[in-house]
Amino acid sequence: MNEDTPVHIPSGGTLGAMRAIFMRDLRLALRRRADTAAALFFFVIVASLFPLGVGPEPALLRTMAAGVLWVAALLASMLSLGRLFADDHADGTLEQLLLSVCPLPLIVLSKMAAHWLCSGLMLSLVAPLLALQFDLPGEAIGVLLVTLLLGTPLLSLIGGIGAALTVGVRGASVLLSVLVLPLCVPVLIFGAGAVDAAVSGLAVSAHYSLLAAMLVAALFLAPWAAAAALRIAVD
Amino acid sequence: MQLSDINWFKYAAPQRFYPLAGKLLPWCASVAVLLCVAGLALGMFIAPTDAQQGDAYRIIYIHVPSAWMSMVIYLAMAFWAAIGLIFNARLAAMLATSLAPSGALMTFIALWTGALWGKPTWGTWWVWDARLTSELVLLFLYIGFMSLHAAIDDIRRADRAAALLAIVGAVNVPIIYFSVKWWNTLHQGASVTVTKSSMATPMLAGMLIMALAFWAYCIAVSLARLRVVILEREQHTQWVRAELGVRP
Repeated sequence: MNEDTPVHIPSGGTLGAMRAIFMRDLRLALRRRADTAAALFFFVIVASLFPLGVGPEPALLRTMAAGVLWVAALLASMLSLGRLFADDHADGTLEQLLLSVCPLPLIVLSKMAAHWLCSGLMLSLVAPLLALQFDLPGEAIGVLLVTLLLGTPLLSLIGGIGAALTVGVRGASVLLSVLVLPLCVPVLIFGAGAVDAAVSGLAVSAHYSLLAAMLVAALFLAPWAAAAALRIAVD
Repeated sequence: MQLSDINWFKYAAPQRFYPLAGKLLPWCASVAVLLCVAGLALGMFIAPTDAQQGDAYRIIYIHVPSAWMSMVIYLAMAFWAAIGLIFNARLAAMLATSLAPSGALMTFIALWTGALWGKPTWGTWWVWDARLTSELVLLFLYIGFMSLHAAIDDIRRADRAAALLAIVGAVNVPIIYFSVKWWNTLHQGASVTVTKSSMATPMLAGMLIMALAFWAYCIAVSLARLRVVILEREQHTQWVRAELGVRP
């Protein structure tokens, strides 16, 4: 599959290389639509199982909605994270990326961005539909969408570190979840907390600020850590 | 002797550290036993009964020291792992791996004794309180560190990958702590800070002695584990063969 989409390092310098890798990952995702769709269906199915498990009372579902949707989104994004570097490692592309003149953290950042576009963004766009099933009020659905849009990039960034650490490791997918899920606790707390605050009529701007602050910090630190992890993995 | 005459890296070689650890081990172990006996005697028989919590409070002599150690060991582990990663020091990485199981054990003991204390005091084994939850997440971080190390066959690569994870975890721990704290808080505030204490003197003395006992215990156990790790990883060398009495 990767042979028809070789890594071009065009003359556009660093930005050009980042753009090329970003486009390549998107193209790969488009050619394997089933993989992207599977994570999405997983999200829908997990969220739909909860009412079956806890009962259909609307009041109960309304209080659970934020948490259930956030946890389901967290788990669904873990599914696709395993392949963030694993495929490139298997066919040797990763070694070429490591040898590239383009700084590795920036390459990693473009891969994470492509991953978010195919996984996090899709989850965020489907979530409002599921929120309707849980009878969330319209205003809270808007808050849910904003927190998911702020929070899912964080999942891709933090998860990218885990994916880089587990490249080529036995039982990588389970290990990835064990490593990454505890680190995602703050994202879950503030993401679901904002929706709960909106449901009970409280201000949500503090939650937005904290999520955005974590996003900025992770945007700066995570690619760097993931790049270090890749160098350890391929060394 | 001048400061510059000291060879700071003398004990960075596993071969030289191994006998040193062997010499320190009995001392740390006996200090741990003596302090533990003294602290428990003070805590169980001499310290007064608490006005509000009755005798149930006496679990703090185990609970508080283990909770302290769980955090201290994580920091120590991340520190030595970082040293191992940055300076490519074998012994530091071995020390980090030796510390992890003790840290996980301390976290587990803190959670377990907390549950035993919570039942009579709060009326429930477990609440989703900030400190309990962050302690639980800390246990998950220890488990992640150990599983990542165990999953990678190449031992040097395992050291470095686990070290990176420990550093990422150490950066994350304060964020997790504060996020959980803002999320929900039921646990009583800290009774002991560096400058003041709201406890009776014998209680405080017993707890501090127990804290020192836990320190000594953790150091002793980690050193013992480190000696085994050194022997295992250096088994191809002459000195280990000589140490174990293996004929070539």
